[in-house]
Amino acid sequence: MINRDLVIIGGGSAGMAAAVAAYDHGVRDILILERTDLLGGILNQCIHNGFGLHEFNEELTGPEFLTRFANQVKERGIEYKLGSYVSSITRDKVVTYSNEEDGAVQIQAKAIIVAAGCYERNAGAIGIPGDRVAGIITAGQAQLYLNEYGYMVGKKVFILGSGDIGLIMARRMTLEGAKVLGVAELMPYSNGLNRNIQQCLKDFDIPLYLSHTVSKTIGKGKLEAIEISQVDEKLRPIPGTEKRFECDTLLLSIGLIPNNGLLDNIGVAQGRSRGSAVNEHLETEIDGIFSCGNVLHVHDLVDWVVSEGKVAGEAAALYLEGKLNRGSKKIVTVAGDGVGYVVPAEVDLEEAPEKLQFKFRCRKPTKNVYITYSLNGNVIKRFYKQTIIPSEMEIDPIPKSLLTEEGTLTVSLTPKEVK
Amino acid sequence: MHVSPYIVLYFPGMKDVIIIGAGVVGSFVARYLSRYELKTLVLEKENDVGNVTSMANSAIVHSGDDPVPGTKKARFNVEGNRMYPEVCKELDVSFEQCGSLNVAILDSQIEKLKVLEERAKANGVPTRMLSAEEAKAMEPNINPEVKAALYCPTAGIVNPFTLTAHAMENAVDNGVELHLSEGVTDVKKVGDHYLVTTDKDSYECKVVVNCAGLYSEEIAKMIEPVQWSIKPRKGEYYVLDHYAPGLVNHVLFPLPSEKGKGILVMMTTSGNYLIGPSSEFVDSKEDFSTDSLTLADVKRQATELVPNIPFREQIRVFAGLRATPTTGDFIIEPSKKYKDFINVAGIESPGLASSPAIGKYVAETLVKPLLNPKENPTYKASVRKYVKPLKMSIEERNELIKKDPRYGKVICNCEKISLGEIEDVLSRSVPAYTIKAIKKRTRAGFGKCQGGFCQPQVLLLLAKHYHKSPLEILYDKEGSNVLDKESK
Repeated sequence: MINRDLVIIGGGSAGMAAAVAAYDHGVRDILILERTDLLGGILNQCIHNGFGLHEFNEELTGPEFLTRFANQVKERGIEYKLGSYVSSITRDKVVTYSNEEDGAVQIQAKAIIVAAGCYERNAGAIGIPGDRVAGIITAGQAQLYLNEYGYMVGKKVFILGSGDIGLIMARRMTLEGAKVLGVAELMPYSNGLNRNIQQCLKDFDIPLYLSHTVSKTIGKGKLEAIEISQVDEKLRPIPGTEKRFECDTLLLSIGLIPNNGLLDNIGVAQGRSRGSAVNEHLETEIDGIFSCGNVLHVHDLVDWVVSEGKVAGEAAALYLEGKLNRGSKKIVTVAGDGVGYVVPAEVDLEEAPEKLQFKFRCRKPTKNVYITYSLNGNVIKRFYKQTIIPSEMEIDPIPKSLLTEEGTLTVSLTPKEVK
Repeated sequence: MHVSPYIVLYFPGMKDVIIIGAGVVGSFVARYLSRYELKTLVLEKENDVGNVTSMANSAIVHSGDDPVPGTKKARFNVEGNRMYPEVCKELDVSFEQCGSLNVAILDSQIEKLKVLEERAKANGVPTRMLSAEEAKAMEPNINPEVKAALYCPTAGIVNPFTLTAHAMENAVDNGVELHLSEGVTDVKKVGDHYLVTTDKDSYECKVVVNCAGLYSEEIAKMIEPVQWSIKPRKGEYYVLDHYAPGLVNHVLFPLPSEKGKGILVMMTTSGNYLIGPSSEFVDSKEDFSTDSLTLADVKRQATELVPNIPFREQIRVFAGLRATPTTGDFIIEPSKKYKDFINVAGIESPGLASSPAIGKYVAETLVKPLLNPKENPTYKASVRKYVKPLKMSIEERNELIKKDPRYGKVICNCEKISLGEIEDVLSRSVPAYTIKAIKKRTRAGFGKCQGGFCQPQVLLLLAKHYHKSPLEILYDKEGSNVLDKESK
């Protein structure tokens, strides 16, 4: 067994940011384990721009953005291993990984940061009715084929779900010569960022069918056509509203799910985001095991992934110095009306820093609303929002001074009229 | 004996046996025939073995409690079930004798449970009647309304994909010839042998074994009219991911009805959970579509058995077609006119459980006396061992990777499948041309991301191995190319 201070699982933006932050806070014995052959994770296939507006005040492509972080990792001499797959971790912080050179290795870590990203919800998860044929693929996989391997997956494309990867791929495949026939979105609103609706659909005259879903896939071997239907208020297809599109590809952009198997498998409590429940230091229920980035909750912008990675890196450094303790008084957060989940799941009243951040996603687009933070039923802070949409992650600063007692902190959306 | 010039002319290419169909039944017939010195050819219209009914079923090795005593179903089910432990050892296939529970939720069902108990007894299948408390202790997630359950300890679960592939691999290793993507278009009796015509070629043989599954009626009718018919009966399923702490530990059945064994809740040998199947006759033998209403009904019925199924762990839905015979029983017999044309048809449930026994019976009892072959002196009952890094200790795995680094390179993240395992499959005697073929044999792409991360790597490995352009690589059936063209 090898001993290491800090093992970071995942060399994407969260993992790299965490490594750099940990180093800058004094940790020297760091190992990043990355399963693919490149640092940078999903950013490698995101060749469009729009990354880094907050982190670098510039609009970068995915590869440009990751290169800046990869350089920070390399400049500091932080050790990373590529092609290295972590098969398990234990509650005692033993990390098992394998790669071609090292074999199968167990590391006793003092601290672990899980930054394993997310995966795409796919056809199997939602059970799209109809024929099971080739040509039904997730938008991210089509992006991987196109941007990393140089292959187009189809000529006539329909897209289910208005998530950002789908929107980006609508534009990308159109530019590559494919005909994108439309995007169907189950909800009555788009799930992508507004800028992507404009730049990827409207600018290319690609229709967006809100409150529609794919009600049938048709084909033998390869997809030949799909049917979409309007859905009722319970999201069920309405018979008689079917529209047929001849297409060879159905791209799915129907959501991302934290790739949290390593922590789920050892029984670490989950939060509502399907990532692990963490405290304000992004520490899970196990001392010294942290989670950050899309494995904790799916982010809208990589800039926020990076800032979260830094929090985890800094916290791991504190932990390794023995300065990260758990107090006995805590506040548990609850996702109230209109709120999908809240990160962190709990706050340690004794150990929390002065400035706290709460992150969440709303459930549906809402106008003229207060984001209300109530501690044990008493409102401690409100933020007015003209509009709030599910595709954007909300980040609210809350000073620790407002958290005056143990109990429950509920985050909810309340209409402006109600005082 | 007079030898016709026709036979002399064609003798060099003359096969002893042609098996039509490489599903689980055809594969076991081939395996048991490979014990003899015979020229056996298997013709399969699909581009992989076990690619229709054999890959889309409940993956259960039934105990044999359910078939009516005296039927072929009862006989081959019970016999097959007894063969499973050894067969799966020889063929290196995952098999677990986990046992099954027929669950009575209503008081009125207890009588039916007793009927089943009697049937099991008549079939020679061990059972034990469980009280509600015992059933709940064995299956904590079962409907708390459970009144009693019939426990069949010999029931099991098997990996149906590797079962078929490895049975055929064993046959091919022992000298059987396998032609994939070659559909039979005609069979004629010519003199004392058969002329089998395919969409690619034609062959002569002495004996034909019709294991054509859904299409066994069409094949049988090439020789003579038959009194039976095969009706496709669809079953739709949900697949859940493996997750902690798990859902069930046994195969859970409701009480059987005229529609079949009902909606089951069960685990698979890979730790996933399978919920289904529905049971509806359909018009087309090519209709593998799923539909929301049927699946909603499957969900409703399954929750009567296990109320809190976490459907958010759902990773796939699928449909399979049972080859249901109008006779109600398996058809395993020579044609009326010719004793050397053997129909093995209507192998619906418990077909998977019965398949080793059917294969053995067809080879030893029906085919062998026709040809009086010698034993195959080089016959081996086992396939070359598959390397399973996941089942090894860390030390063993480390040693393995030091010897062969490909086992250290993980391709499928969800199921933890290494490059070594995928390339091993590609080196075997039964080819794996498609992404689906790799998926079935190794589980790469079977997990929660459904190939989202590994499919491109598997596709490129296939292209490299078969010296093809990535554009030519198929996901599954003919025409299922994943890629369309190179980018600009």
